[in-house]
Amino acid sequence: MALQSFLAERKKDKDLLVMAHVVCGYPSFEANMQELEIMAEAGVDLVELQFPFSEPSADGPLFVHANEQSLKAGTTVEDCFEFMKQASERFPFQLLMMGYYNTVFKMGEETFVKRLKAAGGVGYILPDLPVEESANLHRLSEEAGIEPIILMTPTSSDKRLAQLGAVSRGLVYVVARKGVTGSKTNMGDDVLALIERCRQHTDAQIGVGFGISGKEDMDFLRGSADMAIVGTAALKTWEQSGADGLRKFFAELMA
Amino acid sequence: MDIFDFSDGREGYYGEYGGVFLPEILHATIEELLVCFRECKSDPKFWQDYVALMQSYSGRPTPVTHLENLSRKLGGAQIYVKREDLNHTGSHKVNNVMGQGLLCQRLGKRKVIAETGAGQHGFATATMAARFGFDCKIYMGAVDVARQRPNVFWMENLGAEVIAVQDGQKTLKDAINEAMRDWVTNMADTHYILGTACGPHPFPEMVSWFQSIIGFEAREQMLAQTGRLPDRVYACVGGGSNAMGIFQAFFDDDNVELIGSEAGGQGVGSYMHAARLAYDDATVGVAQGFKTYFLQNEEGNMNETHSVAAGLDYIGVNPIFAHLHDKGKVRFEAATDIEVKEALRLTMRTEGLIPALESTHAFVTAIKEAPTMGKDEIILINQSGRGDKDIFTIADALDDAKWKTFIEGKADQYRGEKN
Repeated sequence: MALQSFLAERKKDKDLLVMAHVVCGYPSFEANMQELEIMAEAGVDLVELQFPFSEPSADGPLFVHANEQSLKAGTTVEDCFEFMKQASERFPFQLLMMGYYNTVFKMGEETFVKRLKAAGGVGYILPDLPVEESANLHRLSEEAGIEPIILMTPTSSDKRLAQLGAVSRGLVYVVARKGVTGSKTNMGDDVLALIERCRQHTDAQIGVGFGISGKEDMDFLRGSADMAIVGTAALKTWEQSGADGLRKFFAELMA
Repeated sequence: MDIFDFSDGREGYYGEYGGVFLPEILHATIEELLVCFRECKSDPKFWQDYVALMQSYSGRPTPVTHLENLSRKLGGAQIYVKREDLNHTGSHKVNNVMGQGLLCQRLGKRKVIAETGAGQHGFATATMAARFGFDCKIYMGAVDVARQRPNVFWMENLGAEVIAVQDGQKTLKDAINEAMRDWVTNMADTHYILGTACGPHPFPEMVSWFQSIIGFEAREQMLAQTGRLPDRVYACVGGGSNAMGIFQAFFDDDNVELIGSEAGGQGVGSYMHAARLAYDDATVGVAQGFKTYFLQNEEGNMNETHSVAAGLDYIGVNPIFAHLHDKGKVRFEAATDIEVKEALRLTMRTEGLIPALESTHAFVTAIKEAPTMGKDEIILINQSGRGDKDIFTIADALDDAKWKTFIEGKADQYRGEKN
C-alpha cells in the first residue's frame, strides 16, 4: 500500500501516529531486528532505516557515532536493503530509507528507486538533498509509487514553504527546531504555529521530529500534528537499558 | 572567460560540479549570504576597502621574487615566486578571512565559526575575529589538535575557542561536519567562515573572489619585472583556494599554462594520498554541501587520505577545478611526501626560502619541469605559506635529530617544574 493511504488507514483508529528510527547495522542487524520487534509490538506506524554514511553532517553525536560504528563493522548498502526486505515482509509498519544523498547518487537514482521498491520501502528522507536538486528523483519516485519525504523547518519562509509544499506527497517532516538530531526541544507555541504554517502549504500528513523524547511531547502534539517522530531518545534508551528499557519506553510513549 | 557568469547555466554550477546540497534548515541562511555577497561583489567600494585593509594589516601587495640561484642550478626556465608567505599570519588564508570578516560586518553577525586542518585557517580566522571584535569558535579534528599545538596555542591566545572534534578520522573533513552542525543551530547570529574554495555555493565563488587578489597582483608584477607573462604558473591544491587565487588572473591568457600540484602522499597506488585529480582514484560524489571529485569508495563513503602537509589532506577538491580539469584548462600533477622533503631542503639551501609543506608541493612540480624548459622561459610559483612557523611539523618531516634532543630537554624541564 502506498504511504499516503497507509497513513490514512492507520489514522482511523489513532489520533497521533508514531515514526521510529533505526541506524542499520548499529549496534548490529540482530539488535536492529529486536528493536523493530519491540516497535511493532508497541504499534509504531512507520520506521526510518538509516543507511550509514561517513559524513552524517545533519546528525547529532549519538547518530554520528552509530553511523561510524556501523560502517566500521562493514555494513554495506546491500546489507541495508536486505534488512529492509526482511523487515517489510515481517512487520505491519511501513519502512522509509533515511540517509544522505551520496548513497543514492553513487548507485544512481534509477537504481535506488528500484532497489528501495524491491525491498518494500515506501519512501525516503534525504536531508542534504534540496528540492532544487530533486526533480529527476521525484519523477522516478512518482512513477514507482515511492514518496520523497520533504522537510519543512522553522527557518522556512512562507514562499519557501509553498515551494516545498508543491512537491510534497504522503508525509511532510516538520523539523521542530534548529540544530541537529538528538537534543531536547522545548515544545511551545512556536512549534504549534510552525505546524499551522506548514499545513497551509501541504495536504500531506504532518510528522514532527527533532527532540521528541517522551509522553509529554506526544500529548503536546496530539490534535496538532498527525505523527510524532522519535529518533535519538529510543536509541539512547536501547544503549542504556537494552530491550526491556526500549519496551518500557515505547509502552509509556504510546500509552 | 568568466567562470562565475552563470547566465548560461545553473547558478553555482561549474559544468556538472558545485551546487548547494545542504539541509533545508540552512536554505534561508545561504540565500541571505548569497544576496549579501552579490551586493559586496558589485560594490566597488567594498573591494577598495578590502584592498586597503590588506595593505595596512597584512603587508600587501606581497612581492614577487626571482629565484636566480635555483634557476641557474636547474639550468632551465627562470623561476619567480609570489610571496604569499609574507602575509600576516604567514599564508594566503588571511586574504579570504579578512574578506569574509568585512562581509560578516555587512551581514550584521557578531559570531564566526570556522573549520581548520593544519591550523592556518583557524589561526587567520582567530586573528581576524580579534581585530573585528567577533566571538570566534574554531572546529579542529582531535588528531590535528594533537599534532598542531603551536597553531592551537595562538588561536587560544588570540581569544578563540578551539573545539577538538572526536568524530570520524578526527581531521579536516570531520571539523567541517562539526562546523556545519554548529551553523544549523546558530545561523541567526553566526557566520561560517569556510576556509577554502569548497562547500556549497556561494563559498567556492566567494573564497575565489577574495583570493583573486593574489593573481591580479602577480600578473601585473610579472609584466613589470619581466616585461611579459609567465609561460607556466604552479600552485598547490588542497581545497584549491590559493591556486584559484593565482590562476584566475591568467584564465584569459591562452599561452600561460596553469598547473595544480596535489598531495601525492605515498604515491600512485598507495591509497595514502590526497590526489583527487592527478591520480585516478577519486570519483564524482556529493558531500559536505557540494558535488565534486571525492576520494571515496563505490558506495560513496569517504576514504582515508594522507599527506605530509595537513593543509592538502582533504577528500574533495573545489568544483571549479573539477570542471577546469575536464576542460583541460588546468593540468594536475602530484608531489609525494619524499619529493616534498627534498624540494624543501633544496629551496632552503639555494634561496633561503622556507615554503610551507603545502606550498612545497608546487615547488616540486616546478622543479621537475623547469630543467625541460628553455632559459628564456619563465615560470611563476605561488608560495602560499611559510614553513618556519610550522617548525614542529617540518622538523618531524625532516626527522631532525638535534630538534628531538631539544624537545626532550624541554619536556624534562617542564616535568621538573611540575614536581
